[in-house]
Parts: sequence; structure tokens; C-alpha cells
Amino acid sequence: MSTHVAEAAGTGSGSRTTVPQHIIEIVSDSGEGAQKAGQAFGAVCAKSGRGVWTVEIIPAEIKPPARSQAGASGIRIRVGSRTVTNMGDEADLVVAFNEQVLYGRITQHAFRKGTNILLENRWATDDSPEIRELYANALQEFREKGFVVHELPLEQECLKHTSNPRVGKNMFVLGMLCSIYGFEVERALEEAAFLFRKKGEKVVALNHELIRAGYAYASDHIPIQFFVPARPNPGKSIVVNGNQAVGLGIMAAGIDVVAMYPITPATSVSHYLGEAFHRVGGLLHQAEDEIAAIGFAIGASYAGKTACTVTSGPGLALKTEFLGLAVMGELPLVIVDVQRGGPSTGLPTKVEQGDLLASIWGQPGDSPKVVIAPATIEECFHFVITARKLAEAFRTPVIVLTDANLATGVQPIPRPNPQEEWLAPPIDQAPWDKKVLAYDWDVESGASPRPIPGQPGGEYVLTGLSHTKDAHVAYDPDSNRVGMEMRSRKLAALQKALKPPKVFGDESGGDLLLVGWGSTQGAIEEGVERARGEGQSVSAVHLRFMSPLEPGLEEIFRRFKKVVAIGIHYSDPEDSPIDKPNRRRSQLAILLRDQTLVDVDSWTRVEGQPLSPGTIYDAIQDHLGRLARKES
Amino acid sequence: MFGLKTDWELDPPPRYFTLEDYEGGVARWCPGCGDFGVLTAVQRICREQQLPPEKVVAVSGIGCSSRFPHYMKTYGFHGLHGRPLPVACGIKSRRPDLDIWVATGDGDCCSIGAGHWIHAIRYNMDMTVMLFDNAVYGLTKNQTSPTSPVGFKSNTHPRGAWLPPLDPLQAMLGFTNVSFVGQAVDWNPILLHAILRQAHAHKGLGFVRILQRCPTYSGHVFQDLQKSPDQLLLLTHDDGLPMTPELDRLFPNKEQHDPSDLGKARIAAANHERIPVGVLFRDPSRPIYDDFTNYGLGTSVEDKLDSINAELDRFAI
Ligand SMILES: Cc1ncc(C[n+]2csc(CCOP(=O)(O)OP(=O)(O)O)c2C)c(N)n1
Repeated sequence: MSTHVAEAAGTGSGSRTTVPQHIIEIVSDSGEGAQKAGQAFGAVCAKSGRGVWTVEIIPAEIKPPARSQAGASGIRIRVGSRTVTNMGDEADLVVAFNEQVLYGRITQHAFRKGTNILLENRWATDDSPEIRELYANALQEFREKGFVVHELPLEQECLKHTSNPRVGKNMFVLGMLCSIYGFEVERALEEAAFLFRKKGEKVVALNHELIRAGYAYASDHIPIQFFVPARPNPGKSIVVNGNQAVGLGIMAAGIDVVAMYPITPATSVSHYLGEAFHRVGGLLHQAEDEIAAIGFAIGASYAGKTACTVTSGPGLALKTEFLGLAVMGELPLVIVDVQRGGPSTGLPTKVEQGDLLASIWGQPGDSPKVVIAPATIEECFHFVITARKLAEAFRTPVIVLTDANLATGVQPIPRPNPQEEWLAPPIDQAPWDKKVLAYDWDVESGASPRPIPGQPGGEYVLTGLSHTKDAHVAYDPDSNRVGMEMRSRKLAALQKALKPPKVFGDESGGDLLLVGWGSTQGAIEEGVERARGEGQSVSAVHLRFMSPLEPGLEEIFRRFKKVVAIGIHYSDPEDSPIDKPNRRRSQLAILLRDQTLVDVDSWTRVEGQPLSPGTIYDAIQDHLGRLARKES
Repeated sequence: MFGLKTDWELDPPPRYFTLEDYEGGVARWCPGCGDFGVLTAVQRICREQQLPPEKVVAVSGIGCSSRFPHYMKTYGFHGLHGRPLPVACGIKSRRPDLDIWVATGDGDCCSIGAGHWIHAIRYNMDMTVMLFDNAVYGLTKNQTSPTSPVGFKSNTHPRGAWLPPLDPLQAMLGFTNVSFVGQAVDWNPILLHAILRQAHAHKGLGFVRILQRCPTYSGHVFQDLQKSPDQLLLLTHDDGLPMTPELDRLFPNKEQHDPSDLGKARIAAANHERIPVGVLFRDPSRPIYDDFTNYGLGTSVEDKLDSINAELDRFAI
């Protein structure tokens, strides 16, 4: 990890600009390998001790036509000298394989004045006069927008090494980026050797040649050079995305059975487990649908095995009835919901936090359960372990809400140190004490020990019907009420064990408090930090427990003049045509208003994009402005 | 909650189980309901096989017939309408030691749960599945079922069912990886017992469709069949349901039927003139999903930890 100093000294020619962080994008038609190159570059940065966050840029269609605006496919890599927690605002440097895909990014506000654009220039001399014209017009337009465009003969250079530059260009670009950011080319060669290890030596050698060529080309011809210093003492790290973190968490939590049905953006958890789960003796079951998946997991759990199902919004909807049964029958179960845009098929590949209330209240009748939300990729790992423990301690399903932003974001995180006690011990098959009933509720906590098939003396029938302590069906008023109370008491007991959330900023209070949950933490805190740097009185609180909510919220909220719930789900904006009293608040605001009776406002975005620090900063300005106008 | 107890006995004293050890609460089906006979048959098989009650799990969906687990004194799972099979497969997936009996109705299995039915047949896990086919929705009080005959009058089709009924046997004999299909009638306990025992002994998913009287709503559907056993065709074979003097006496029509022949089984199932009873099809060589799902059972905690650390190291920088 100490080599980065040497790297900087070795390749820096004095003209290298040192920056605390940089946002780089590679954008292309799909199938041109931009994501592969970007991931490799992210790995190079991470392995060189930089903080990194990568986000995939996904086209709207699987195979969009070439050179189309909707076809923008690629990757964003944010590199920094400290831990990077979000995708940031506009890009600083972009490599584009054609000019049309850039338009796609422009509509998403991905660039700013001064953004460096390294653009493939083969289109300038294309056989088609239309393409030549499109290219020329774009060039002019981009320059008018204030982008700094550098035209590069990428294809021409690659043709010196391969007859198929379409698939080789990405590695040429990887080499270029290493030169531009002052990393040793060997780092990139290592990544390529790993990426192409199954394709044979010839392929590796060709890609190495392209990387070296890109590196040399950039050193000789590209006039811009940057240096992002390394993080101090990054420690032992692993580089994963949120779904891999969930998969690793599942294994480290000793979960024995994962049953799922493929659904974007949750599927890659199963891809990872498909590769690795058998190594810990686990079973990955691809069921015939989401209902069967949770049914299978519930069966395994009933039989004493730790079980989990992984899904996204539409799948969660299908699992609803079984979730209610798990609550009623009091079965431990971990459900991971990697949220995407809704309703219906919505935005399958994009981020939203729209399943919050469905998770908490989505079942028929009252079905209290634990809902937790990791805020970081690191927490994606640890929350699965927490979820399994809570599920067993309280004999209840636990929903873990992540989202597409966490799922696909790649980041170096501290390497977890798995503990033996995280793993499920062998199931208890000792005779059951017949005096203990199947639902021997502790009236304080609602918790009870659970008989498992195979235990003589513990025979009981799990039923979704209203039942008594001894699992007998009972329709009388008292039995139903007591069952409801006991199941609800679990949340009360858990809440007592939780601590109030920490305030980011000024704990003693101030003008504005932003409340977030899930993947938005990095962006919110960066936006708040920026505003605080300018002397503004704004703080943030980030929630991890959504059901039950963390305690002490009302007390914290009352210290601020205004509290705003932030999220990636819909709410009517303040200036919407609807009467103010009838405004539809955000899902988080509804929860918080109910819990605290504080007049919590909402600020939300539903653009299928992660929140950026800049938009948070703007929201802060907006709310502080309103507050000032109200006071004056 | 988990964790081994130190006083766990490795050498339990020999136990002998009587019928009472399998008899749960008093069954609350209507007088004359065919479900009673099935319950008795299962309890008898449990006793004959001396299955420890703690190792038996009765799994069901929702419906009159799905009350079944409550009347067994074993472990039971009375879950959701249409969904007993995924639960049963989940239980079995990591507990090869458990003996699973699934009770499902014609609405439960062939309508709301039809998707799971097809796939459970394909998974072919080692369990016994009993389809209580009374050709009507009983619990919800007389609605048409997918197996109701044309003209069957119910609350949802007071002028008579319009669509041809779904034939569960023919359907199943077309599902991939089907390995055991039998048919019995609730009013012939000897036959019912013999076929359920064959299904239970079968390694794989032993599926028995039971023509089951619902005296309240569909008694008339099976009345003729019950009165005139000559409308039934008993299928026997040395490799299937062996002929016994009792069976010989009870069924005027019988036929030698080799259950290993899928083509013949399909022909037998399609015979609606003479309703076949017996073992229509059996192929113990079909792959069972259990062999896949049991992989890795018993992996030690040390090995798991080593593997997890190795996995984390794959992502290390
Ligand atoms: C999701 C759902 N839909 C509908 C019902 C209502 N319901 C309960 S049992 C049943 C049908 C019962 O018929 P069948 O499966 O043939 O069993 P039987 O009562 O005849 O034994 C229906 C429709 C339900 N419980 N759950």
C-alpha cells in the first residue's frame, strides 16, 4: 500500500494536478466493455489505497441500437482521498466511444462546465455523411456547453494491435486512465490477467498489449494529468458491491437455505451464491416463483434451518401472504428486498425506496415484523447477520431493505472478521419439555422458545389461524387479542434495546434537520457537510431501524426548527396543485409524523437516480430559504 | 433457542407406537365426510411403519381436507391456500430424516396451487402427497372446482359447470419427472390403505388422488361409483398393487397393469368409462431433488468459517 507515493513521484511530471477526489465516466454502446474497464480501473484505484464508489450506467433496453442516446451504457467511478460513500455530482472526466451516448448522460445532468471529455473521433471521418454531420454538430454543441472536448483516435490506435477494436478499446482506455491518474501500468495488467484468466494466454497477452498502448498513448498525447492522493491507513479491505456483501453476509450469518426467484436488481445475490454458497454447505434453491421461494424458505425454517429469501418489489408483493403466515406462525426468516423503481414493473434496473410502507404494513391484518435498512455496502454484510439474530431471538421475519444503488455500487470496505457465533449452531433435537407450550409467550417481550420437528414431545401444528399458546385453533375474542398483543410486544421489546440515532452535525439543534434512511446516507451527509462548511445550521439523522423505529426521535426533532424526511420515493412537492392539508407526504414522513407528532416535511426524488450531494445541498438551500421567509 | 443440550440421549429406550400416538384432536369434518377414512389410513400406516411421531410432519394448505394436520399427533404445518407443496419441499430439503405427508384439496392443488403442483412433481422429493378430490370447494361452501363435472351445480355456477373438468391424473402423467401416480377412493379402506402404503414406500414423490365424498355438497357426484363398483377398474400387478383375496372380492373389474409403462398409464388414466384405481405409474429411477438439496449437510463450523474467510479473501485488496 506504500507504493502509491512512489507512483505519484514516478509518473508525475510536475504538471499533474492534485485533486482530493475525481469523478470519471466511461460511456459507450452496450457490449463495448465500458463497465469491465471501469470496474478494473476502480479495482486499480482501490488497491492503490484510494476510496472508490462505482455506479453502473445502464441502458434502458437490453440491446439498444448502436449510437443511440437511450443506449448510454457504462460506468461511473468516483475516486477520493477518503472513504467515498456515494456517486457524487457531475463528472470531471469522461471517456466516450461515440458522441450520441453523451446526450443520454447530459439529460441526466451528469456533466458540468469544464468536464473533460475524451471522445472517439472515428465518426468525424465515417463513411456515412449523416454520422459525420451528427458528430460535427455534437462537437460544437458540447463546446458551447463548456465541456472541454479532446478528440482521440481510439479505434485507429487500437487497430495497430487488433483487427477487432470494438472489443479491445476498453482495455486501451484502462491503460489511458492509469496514465492520466498516475497509477503504475502493472496494476492494470494484473486486473486484466485476472479478468481474462479463463480465456487463455493469447487473449491476456493481447489485452496487455492494448493496456500498454493506451498507457503510452496517453502519456505522449493527452495533456491532462491528475493525482488523487491515497487515503491514510485504509486498513485491510475487500472490494464488493452491495449484493455481494449481502451474499457474503448470508454465508457469514450461517444461513443454510436461500430460496429465490430471479428479479432485477436482486438476482446478482443469487449469481454470487450460485458460485460460492455450496462451499459453506448452503443450499440455493431457485423456486418456480416468488411465492414458492418464500414458502420453501419458510418450510426450511419450520424444520429448524436458518433460511432467507431474496427479492425486489414485485416479488415482495407476491410474498405478502406467506410473510403474514411467518408472522402468525412465528417463524424466523430473513427477507432481503433490493428495492427498485415501482409501482408495477416500474424502473427495474433503477433505484427507489418505495417498499418501506409495504414492508411494514403490506400484509393483511396486523403483522408486526422487524424491518431494517443498511445505509452502506459494509452494512449490507452486517445487517444480514443482525437480521438472522433478531429473527431467531424474536421468532419473527426480518426484512432487510437495500436498493439498486447499494446493490450495484462497488466500494472498498473494511474486511469483516467472521465469528463462530455468527454461524447457526446445529439444530436442537433433544426431547422437548412437554410442560413448555409451543407459544409460551414471555409477556414482556412476546418471545418464546420454538419446538422443531424431530424433537420428541414438541409436536405441534403451525397454523395461520388464530391460535392459543398451545397452538390450538381458537376463534374466541381473548385468544385473538392476546396473540396480537404478544406478536406486537416483540417490537416494543426490541425498541427498548435500541439506542437513539446519532446526529450528524449539531446535536444541540438548529434550523434544519434532514432525516434519511438506506442508501442515501453518503449523499445526505456530504450535502450537509458542504452547507455546514458555509456556516449554515443544518444537521442530519440517518435511520437504520424502520420497524420498530429507533427511540428518541421526537426529542431530537424538537431541537430543530424544521425537520425534512429525505428519500427516493414519491411525495407531493410543496408547490403541487393539491391543497396543503391533503398533500401526500413521503413514506418516511408518514412514519415519522405518526411516531413523533412533529410536522415533518418531505423532500423526495423519483428519477431512478441515487441522490447526489449537490441535489441535497440545493434542497437545504430551498428549505432554509423558506424557513427564513416564514420567520421574516 | 438453538444449541445442543448435554443431556441428549444417544440410546433411547426402544419405543413402541400405538394408533393413539398418532391421533390428534377430534376431527371436525361433517358426518359421512370421506376425509375420516384417509386420516385413519395414514395413522395406520404410521403405526405399521413405527414412524416416530416427532419425525412425521403433516403439511397442508387451506380447505376442509387441509385440517388434516390438526388431527394428527405429529408435527404439522397448516399453511396457506394452494401452497403446501413449496413448504413441504422446504422442510424436506434439509431434513431427510423427516417423513412428510401432504394433504391438499382439488382447489388447493389443481387451481390456486397448480403452478406448485407441476414443479413439485418435477422436483420429485421423497414425500407422500394426498389429493382429496371431492370435486367441489368445501370449506368456502360449495363453489365449482376445476375437477367439478360438467353440469355440476354450485353457488358460483347455479346453472351448472360449463367447462370440462381438469383431469389430475392425465395432467400429472404429462408432467416432467413424474414418478408415482395412484388413485384410490375414500370409501374402500382396504384399497386406500394399500395404495397409500405403496406411495409412502416409494422413493420420490408418491402422489395419490383420492376420490373423496363431500356429503354436504358433492355427495351425488360419487354416489353411483360407490354403489356400483363395476364402474371402477382395479389395476394390479406384482410390481404394483399386488392382488389379494380381499381386493379380488371387492372389485368385479380388474386388469393386469404394469406401472412401469408410462404409455399404458396414460391410457388407463384416460379411461373415463371405467375409472382406474390402483398404482397407475411408478418409476423409482427418476432423479429426486433431495439428492441435490442435501448437499453440504453436516458441514462443520470450522469448515464453514474457513470457506467464508477464503471467500472474503477473494475480494481482498
Ligand atoms: C388466498 C386465498 N384465497 C381464497 C381462500 C378461500 N378458500 C379457502 S379453502 C378454498 C377452497 C377449498 O377447496 P378445496 O381446496 O377443494 O378443499 P376442500 O375444502 O374441498 O377440502 C378457498 C377458495 C383462501 N383461504 N386463501
